[in-house]
This record gives sequence, structure tokens and C-alpha cells, in this order.
Amino acid sequence: MTPAAPVQLLPESRRGLLLGVRGWSAVIGVLAVIAVLIPLLNLAVPAGNPLHLGDYGVALVAKIMCYAICALAMDLIWGYTGILSLGHGLYFALGGYAMGMYLMRQIGHDGNYRSDLPDFMVFLDWKAMPWTWAGSASFVFQMILVVAVPAVVSGVFGWFAFRSRIKGVYFSIITQALTFAGMLLFFRNETGFGGNNGFTDFKRILGISIAAPSTRMVLFVLTGLTLVAFYLLARAIVNSKYGRVLQAIRDAESRVMFTGYDPLKYKLSIWVLSAVMCGIAGALYVPQVGIINPSEMSPAASIEMAIWAAVGGRGTLVGPIVGAFFVNGAKSWFTQAFPEFWLYFLGALFIAVTLFLPRGIMGIKDRLKKEKGVEVKA
Amino acid sequence: MRRLTLRSAFIALAAVLVMVAAPAWALDAAQARAIAVGDGDARIAALQDAVARADPGLATFAQALLDDSVKTTATGVFIVHDDKAVDAVTGQPARLPDDAEDVSNNNRMRGALQTALSGLRLVSPELATRRAAVDDLTKGDADPALLPVIAKAIARETDAGLKSRLERLKAAAQIAAPDRAQRLQAIQLLSNSGEPTVRALLQSRLAPDAETDLELRAALAHAVTQVDGRLAWGERLGVLFTGISLGSILLLVALGLAITYGLMGVINMAHGELMMIGAYTTWGVQNLFRHFAPGLFDAYILLAVPASFVVSAAVGAILERGVIRFLYGRPLETLLATWGISLVLMQGVRSLFGAQNVEVENPSWMSGGIAVTSNLVLPYNRLAIIAFAALVLLATWALISRTRLGLFVRGVTQNRRMASCTGINTTRIDTLAFALGAGIAGMAGCALSQVGNVGPDLGQSYIVDSFMVVVLGGVGQLAGTVLAALGLGLMNKMLEGIAGAVLAKIFVLIFIVVFIQKRPQGLFALKGRSAES
Amino acid sequence: MTTSRRSFSLTLGALAAFASLTSMTPAQAADTIKVGILHSLSGTMAISETVLKDTALMTIAEINAKGGVLGKQLEPVVVDPASNWPLFAEKARQLITQDKVAVVFGCWTSVSRKSVLPVFEELNSLLFYPVQYEGEELSKNVFYTGAAPNQQAIPAVEYLMSKDGGSAKRFVLLGTDYVYPRTTNKILRSFLHSRGVKDEDIMEEYTPFGHSDYQSIIAKIKKFASEGKKTAVVSTINGDSNVPFYKELGNQGIKATDVPVVAFSVGEEELRGVDAKPLVGHLAAWNYFMSIKNPTNAAFIKEWSDYAKSANLASKDKPLTNDPMEATYIGIHMWAQAVEKAKSTDTDKVIAAMAGQTFKAPGGFVSTMDPKNHHLHKPVFIGEIKPDGQFNVVWKTPGPIKAQPWSPYIPEDKGKKDEPEKK
Repeated sequence: MTPAAPVQLLPESRRGLLLGVRGWSAVIGVLAVIAVLIPLLNLAVPAGNPLHLGDYGVALVAKIMCYAICALAMDLIWGYTGILSLGHGLYFALGGYAMGMYLMRQIGHDGNYRSDLPDFMVFLDWKAMPWTWAGSASFVFQMILVVAVPAVVSGVFGWFAFRSRIKGVYFSIITQALTFAGMLLFFRNETGFGGNNGFTDFKRILGISIAAPSTRMVLFVLTGLTLVAFYLLARAIVNSKYGRVLQAIRDAESRVMFTGYDPLKYKLSIWVLSAVMCGIAGALYVPQVGIINPSEMSPAASIEMAIWAAVGGRGTLVGPIVGAFFVNGAKSWFTQAFPEFWLYFLGALFIAVTLFLPRGIMGIKDRLKKEKGVEVKA
Repeated sequence: MRRLTLRSAFIALAAVLVMVAAPAWALDAAQARAIAVGDGDARIAALQDAVARADPGLATFAQALLDDSVKTTATGVFIVHDDKAVDAVTGQPARLPDDAEDVSNNNRMRGALQTALSGLRLVSPELATRRAAVDDLTKGDADPALLPVIAKAIARETDAGLKSRLERLKAAAQIAAPDRAQRLQAIQLLSNSGEPTVRALLQSRLAPDAETDLELRAALAHAVTQVDGRLAWGERLGVLFTGISLGSILLLVALGLAITYGLMGVINMAHGELMMIGAYTTWGVQNLFRHFAPGLFDAYILLAVPASFVVSAAVGAILERGVIRFLYGRPLETLLATWGISLVLMQGVRSLFGAQNVEVENPSWMSGGIAVTSNLVLPYNRLAIIAFAALVLLATWALISRTRLGLFVRGVTQNRRMASCTGINTTRIDTLAFALGAGIAGMAGCALSQVGNVGPDLGQSYIVDSFMVVVLGGVGQLAGTVLAALGLGLMNKMLEGIAGAVLAKIFVLIFIVVFIQKRPQGLFALKGRSAES
Repeated sequence: MTTSRRSFSLTLGALAAFASLTSMTPAQAADTIKVGILHSLSGTMAISETVLKDTALMTIAEINAKGGVLGKQLEPVVVDPASNWPLFAEKARQLITQDKVAVVFGCWTSVSRKSVLPVFEELNSLLFYPVQYEGEELSKNVFYTGAAPNQQAIPAVEYLMSKDGGSAKRFVLLGTDYVYPRTTNKILRSFLHSRGVKDEDIMEEYTPFGHSDYQSIIAKIKKFASEGKKTAVVSTINGDSNVPFYKELGNQGIKATDVPVVAFSVGEEELRGVDAKPLVGHLAAWNYFMSIKNPTNAAFIKEWSDYAKSANLASKDKPLTNDPMEATYIGIHMWAQAVEKAKSTDTDKVIAAMAGQTFKAPGGFVSTMDPKNHHLHKPVFIGEIKPDGQFNVVWKTPGPIKAQPWSPYIPEDKGKKDEPEKK
């Protein structure tokens, strides 16, 4: 009984067009909601109006969209290539820290100590900026780092790991160790990244106030657009020949090798891509949430990413996005309504999904369709 | 400075009392009151006074004060033992008035009382008492006024070891004597010592304005180096011991995991929580003993060990039958499912017992430590855990290699299909082996409860470590787990001395990640495993 | 996967439902005032913070029983930020914008406070922070009912240097690696310099959160103590790690008469999990101890014990009170008094009315809220551990001390005003 999602075959109607008519209309609908409807409801509609969308809601949806990007990345490596990473939170955080460094420099002299150095360096008694912060005042440079740092770290690790053909559970445990080590490193105040406090109290981005409703909305729209763009990219990858090889690696890696493909190139490239996606998600996350700190690198955070993909439905691309919304929405609701029960729910979700719903929410949708007699189109 | 003269006063005057009387209750009422109540300086002065007057009841009274068993009222002073009050002055049983207040002592008072007692006991007829007194005085400051007392004690001392210690005490007191020859002799005698306090003393004499004679300064520096050399041995042994102690804990924690992973290829993310359940079981047993058999409290651990094994094994069996069995062949899903179980277990414990830590008290024979050298104390609880880990290892080895169950477990590990063909009920073996691994985890939790916190999050702090040991050691052979655990423990502790706790841990993790690239199957792996995991 | 018109409308509907769910403003009952309680009920800090949530609920019930505030009952809104710092900010925002609370009582770690601070300043709401901290902050929207370093750390070190405290000349500054110990130790080092203690007589060490193996650190302390004059340890180790630290300390035979350890984060609650007999004589510095004997404290302890029993709390068999609980209690009462005085829950009016508020604290003194700097005047108590895990007060200030949130021992603080900056 194969636990993985069925191999996707391209029907005639879709070849060359990426998505069908229905698919594209859905995408445009989503774009309309993100870029037009929600800004309208938040900024234009006044606060007392029942149609008004509060800042709290906007921030929450934005946060979840960042998580959805990570879930998408997880789907690419796990759902399509069969590599379960329990440490992708590391790359999410690295991207977040790169953005955070820039935002800390943007505070300028408005910190508690009125100094060129960020507050945490002042209370550590440091007199000058360490070398790791060189260039952090430049937006362009830091944005390059948002992509480069996760890429390099994941690339080096991936190259060694895939070359020695560590697989399965061992590999997952190793990724967990790596993110745990990263967390310990960043918790150290001497490392120079704010230690346990992390970075917070941001004031400006690109000179514009970060707390202004318009800035918030711009970031929100940007996040939404990035999510959609990554989804389209992922769909293109998955439907391509490259994507077919990935799925083949997931299903039978030895055979892939025997047919002449080198899995290392494929695995490494998708691994680095997924890390970069998480890094960008992190960079979008930080200015909207207002804080980055090493607990984003905790093993628990990374494992939750895996559950978003699993709940939604691995190997479907839309599934993990749905999963991310579902789980994080539930989290927000539970911690408000029944705080003591949130962890029971989450734990039960892990168990239920692995035992009863290997195809996740998308799997339920398929089953309903089947029962209706509709042919399950790939 | 004042403290030195106080000490010398106590000792000097106390030694004048050759007789260490049998508890004759000849303490004056006003005197007792002055020592028990009032301002710190006044109390110490009164104590000094009492020592000077050689009150025979002083030793008993001072000990009672140190034991916090003295109570006072406006008119009387009482010593209370097991709810029976005795008048401190007359020694006669008395009724304790309801408004009696406790006597409170701060550190300074306690130190002064202890010094007075040690001085009185320096010439006691019992060897153990004298030894304790010398121990106490060695830890304190040396003072020239102690010399006559120590000389007298040396003259009467029969035990050779104690005598040489007293000689060194004398030397310490003479280190600042006006006579140069005396100072030189003192330095030479002290260079034979291995005490940290002696080192501190010699070091302080090297301060710019302390010892001015150049030749003596050179002698002092030489003496410091010699003492340091002796102390260094204590430090090295210390690092070794801490490494072995950490290694034994890692071994206990990882053993159960190694068995389940070796057998079923299941990495059990709820392993930490099985340990936590074992620790809570220990707490429960402790409470039962406290409630129903307080006299036998020190033995609670003997019941706690099998209890935590049984409870965790039961939970493990339920998990295996209920969830994990359905996920065979899907190790990644098992990882996630067991993670979910761990969340549920943690929250369950929080709901039942609260989010706070619970108190697990060491049995009294596990408190304290054995002083191997002057600067190395090996705590009893850690020694017990090392011994316990060895026992568990032995028992597990015996079980795996000498029993039928162990034979079946090994068979199923090596080739499940074949074992099933020979008639072994593999599902039952799975359950039993998982329960065994869980039970060992429970016992690990019992051990952990003696050294650290017991709370719902207990498992989380050890989960990454146990995985690392299993990954490094490889599966299929216990030797791998043992070697990996000890090796990681020692490496961690050695690095910790150089780079600090956090960097040491990070280095160890990176080391494992790198090592695994070179040798993916770990240190010891079963030969003949297929390439696919 | 198929994406159809149906899923297009589904997506739209889902997003809209989501958004509306989150921006639902619950109808405000006209006769209650909502107050928010922002303490971790799960995660690493649950150990310390859960009891503060319960204390807050108890105090609110007490105030409600006496008629509430401005004739209205107080309605507590409890959320669980789960020791997750970004979640703290999110929950704070939720409490203020969704639940429309008038005030929030919460936070423990400095990280959590720093992550919610921008939210409170942006939305102009009020936070009462009840835990001892490192100072270096003075926000218009926060009232600090816990101790600043000059109300805890500095008197403790002065005591250690005094005759009664052991005349310590060398110091080990041992802490958990985060902002509170780092800043406190920076202040203490500067203070020690001002008292003539040299850098070679100061050893500074940090361990991460949750660290549990203190063998090496204690060996280091022993070695340091053997290198000269009388040594004392100033511990800013946080909560959880204190249990293994003290266990190891006791087992390795470091007596309080040899090397005394004074801690700032160890109270009655933290000693609950430790056998206190080997630790007799080690010290803690707070503004309140459960063992202080006076009628106000007796009433406070009784109220807490009764509440623990009636609410069936896990600690009901051995109810303990500690300093942050007392600070929570004082804070809520003072806020209620300020609202009565201002006749409104409007933030700026309440801030003005808080100036100079007084309250008879269980610690035995009358606590006063400073008219300008948002901190309480607090007395300092130094206590030694007793075998039963309670504290024996060995020294106290004659009366409450005014807080100095900007420490005079940090050079960068020169020129800082003793009141919130106008932003």
C-alpha cells in the first residue's frame, strides 16, 4: 500500500498552459481578494462598520500566508521528493534575521540609548558593530542575504548529506539536530543577534513608518502576491520533467539511479529552493509580526511545518496552503477560547492525520468527489 | 579582621577548657539569652564571653542553636527536641509556652557558632569529633592566636594523619609570623598541602604588601605551583567524572530508543514523555511513602524503579497497540504520529498535575557527596546513577542475549520475514520490545528525577540528546549505544571547560552531523543491512 | 489538482469568513469592565506564570465582591501566549483591539515585555508588569510593580559585602543568558568597581535557559573561590534551572558559610521542588517573603489558600505566596483605585490618577506609586533559606526605596529623565 500521493499525469487540456481555465480563474480570484478586497475593507471602510476588517485580522492572515509559503516548500521536498525535513524553521529564521538586522539598523538613533548600535549591543558593552553586521544598513544587501544565507547553509548541508546518501529517519533527525544547534547558537548573546530577546521594537522600513496602516497593507499584499507567485512556480516545477524526476526519486530512488539520473543534483536543487522560499517567507514575516527570536528555530516549530503539509494533503500544492490556514487558524482560536485544549487538539491532529488521513484535507475532498461519481482529475 | 580575632579568642579560650564536659547544664540564664537573642555583634560578643567563662553547657547549647531547635520567650530559653522542651539553663523538662519564638541565625552567627564548637572539640576524646573540628578549621581563616591551641592539640594527638594536618594548620597560622625562619618553615610545610584554602592563603601572601622578603616570595611562588599541581589532579578527575556522569545519563536515556529503533525502525518522538511518565511515577511513589510510611522514606527509590518501569512499559504497550502498529513501514509518519502523542501526553500531565514542577526529594543516603580529594566531591546521587546505568545495561544485555525473548527480538531485528516464518509471533514481539524500550525510558526518568527538575517538559530537554546517541552509535548492538553515550558525555564535558556549555553542545551536534556523513550507519551497525532504510 | 469555480468561490468565502471571524467585536456588556490577563499557561514559563494568572483572578474576585470598580464588575479575559514571544504580541493586540480590555496585567520575562511594548504604545493601552527586572526601560504605557535593580540587586550585594553578610571580596556573577542577567550584571560590575572591587575578583558566567548540568560551573566556582579572599555568588539563574543548580550546590558541599549564594529569581515557589536542608543559609533578595509576619500578610496568605482550595488549584495542598504574586495583587488594587479616582478607564486619565497611589502591601509597608517614574517604591528584604523552604528575613531596609529605572551605574544612562519620554 503506497502511502504517497498518486503520480500526477498531465491531461491533454492542461499541457502548455500550467493551469486550466478554472485554475486560472481561481488564482485571479484570490489575487483580487488579496490585492483589492482586503485593502478596501481594512483601509477604506471605517472602523465601526460591520464590514470593516480589523488590523488584527490582517496581521493574522499575513502571518499565516508566510507560513503557507513554508508549507508549500515542505510539500515540494516532502510531498514530491520524499525528503522529510524537521529543520526548515532554521531557514525561515535565517531569512527573518537577515530582514531583522536591516530593521534594527533602521531604528537608528531612536533606541533607548540613542546610539548607533542596537540596544542589545549597548547593554552587552560592545563598542563597535561586529563584522557580521557589515552592510546591514543597506536594504539591497540584506535582501541578498535573505536569499543567500539560507541558500548557502542548505546547500552545504544538502550537498554533504545527499552525497553520503543519508535517508529517511536518520536524515530527518539530522535536520532536527541542525536547527537545534542553530537555536542554541542564536540564543547566545555573544553571537551578536540579540540572544533570547531577538530583534524587536522596529520603527521603520525603507524610511517609512512600519506601524502605519498603509505600510501594513503593502506588506500584506506583497506577502499574498509572493504566495501566489511561489504557488505558480511550484506548479510549473511539478508539471515539468524535472518535477517528474523528483517524484520518481520519491517513489524509487535506486531505480532512478539505475536509469541514469543523478539524484544528488535534483535533491540538492529542490532542497536549496525550498530553503530560499522559507527564507523569503521569514523575511516577510518579521516586519509584520514585529519580532524575531531564536525560538523560531526550535525543533517544535519545524515539526509543525510538516504537519501543515500533512494535514492539507501532501503532493497537492494547494493542500499544504489549506493545511497551514487550517492549523494556524485553529491555533489562534483555541489559544483564545480553550487555551488548555490547544495541545490536545494539535497532538490529536498529528495522530489522526497520519493514521486516518494520509492524503489530508485534499484527500477528503477527493473521496467526496469519488462518491459523487465525478472522475478525479489529476 | 574582627572575625579573625574573634576566632582566635574562641579557640584560645576554649582550649583552656581541657574538660569537654558531659552535658552539664551549667549555662547561665542571662548568658543563654544574650547568645540567642539580639543584634549580631552583641550575640557574638556574648558567645565569646561564654567561651571565656568556660560554661560547661556551651557545647550543647551551641549545637542546639545550630540545629535551629532553640526557642525563647520573654523569660526563658528552651531547647526543643521532637516536641519535648527542655529548659536550656537547667536541663530539666519544661512546658513550652505558646508564645515561644524561634531563634533565627544568619550565616555569620552560624559560622561563629561552628567555630566555637570546633574549638571546643579540638581536644575531644573521640577521633571523629576531632577530625570534624580540624576539617572545619582548615576551611576557615588561619590566625596566629590559634597557635597555642593547636600546639596543645598536636601534643595530645595520637592519630598520624590528623597530626600532620594539625601541623599544617599551625603552619598556616604562622605564615605571617614576625620571625623569618618560622615563616620559611611554614611555607615549606604548606607546600605539601592539597587544600584550596591553603592555596588561597599562599596566594594572598603574594600580594604586593604582604610578604616583602624576596627569597620568601620565591618560596611562596614555588609552594603555590606545587599546591596547584595537586589541585590539578582533582580537576582532571573532576572532568572525567562529570563526563562519565553525563555519559551514564545519556546511556539510560538512549538505551530504550536504541532498542525500539533497532527492532522496528521506529524513532519514537514520545520517548522523552515516557521518561517523564517514569519521573512522575517516582514522584507518586515518593508521595505514597511520605504519607503512609514516612519511616521508610529512604527506601522509596527501591520501589520507584520497578514502578516506573511498569508504568512506562504499560503506556508504551498501549501506544504500540493503539497507534504505532498501524504505521509500520512508514517511519516518517510514525515520527509525526509519535510527536503528536508526545504533545498529548505532555498536556495530559499538565492537566492532571499542573504546569509547575513537582518536588522529588532525594533519599537521605543520596544527598551529599564523598570528598575524594580536597577539591573534588563526588555527589552520591550521580554515583548512584552511574551504578544504576551499569546495572540497567547489564540487565538489558542479559535479557537480549540470554533469554528466549531476547533471542526472538534479535531474530526479528535481523530478518522479520524469516523470523515470522519460523513461527515467532512478530506482532507480539513488537509490542513486548516497544514496552521494554518504554520501560527503560521510565527508569531513565526515575534516575533523572534525582538530579534535575520533574515537570511536564522533562522529556523535551533530553530528546535531541537521545537521538544523537542512537544516530551516532548505530543500532543493533548495545556496544554502539554505550560507546556513543560515554564518548559524547566526555567530549561535551571536556569542551565545556574550554568553550562554555552552549558552544560545547553546538560543537558536539555539528560533530555528529559531520560524522554521520562519513559513516551513515553509525559506529556499530548490523552487517548486511540493505541499502534502503 | 482541480481548481474550479467552486473552489474559487470557496477560497473567497473562506478568506472572508476568516477575516470576519477575526474582526468580530463582541458586544460589550454595559455593566462590566474587561481586564486582560496575559500570562503563559503552557510552555517553559508556565511554571512561574500560571500562579500569577490565578492571583489576578483572585484579586479581581475580591474587588468584585466589594462592588467592583465604578459600580461595574470586572470581567477577566484570560489568554495563553504559551511562552511564545511573537504570540505575546499577537495576544496583546487581540486583547486590546478585539476584547477591548481597559488594562492588561501580564508578562514575566523581559523578552515578552519587550515584544508587547510596541503594541501597548501604539494602541495607547496600559500594562502592569509585576516581575523584578533589569530596568533600562520607562514607558508611559507600563506600570512596573516589580523591583528595579536598585531595589533588589544592589542592596543584596551591599549586604554580602557587609559584616553580617560575610564580608565578601570576590564575586561570581552567574546568570541565565538573556537580557535581565546581562544588564543586571553590567550594573553590578560597575557598582563593584565603584566599591573598589577589581575585575580579576569578578567572574561572570552564563548558562542557557533550561540548563541542568551544573557540575562544571560549580567546579569553576570552587576553583575561583580558592584563589583568594572570601567569595560570594550572585545568581540570576532563571526559574527552572535553579533546582538542578541548588541540588548540585548542596551535594558538592558548598555551604552558605563558605560561599554564600544570593539569588534574585528564587522564591518560595522555586524552592518547592528542592530539598532545602543542604541549602540553609543561602540567600534571596526580594521585596516580599511569605514568612513575613504581619496581619496584612496573614490575611493575604489566607485569602490565597482559600482561593486555591475553592478553585481546586494544583497547589492547594501547599499554597505558597511570593513576590510577583504580591506585586500583581498590589498592581490590580492600585489600578482599581486609580480608576475610581479618575472616574474613567481612559488610559491617559488613569495614568494621571496612578501617580502617588498608595496601598497597604502584605510585605508590611505602604507601597507608593512614584508620581513620575511609573515604578513602585518598594522595601528590600534579604532572606536566608530555612530547612522547610521558607525564608528567614535577616536584613531589611527601614522603609520603601524609590526605584531608579535608569541605573546610575550605566554610563549611557546619563541624562535620562526620571519620567517617560514624550515620543
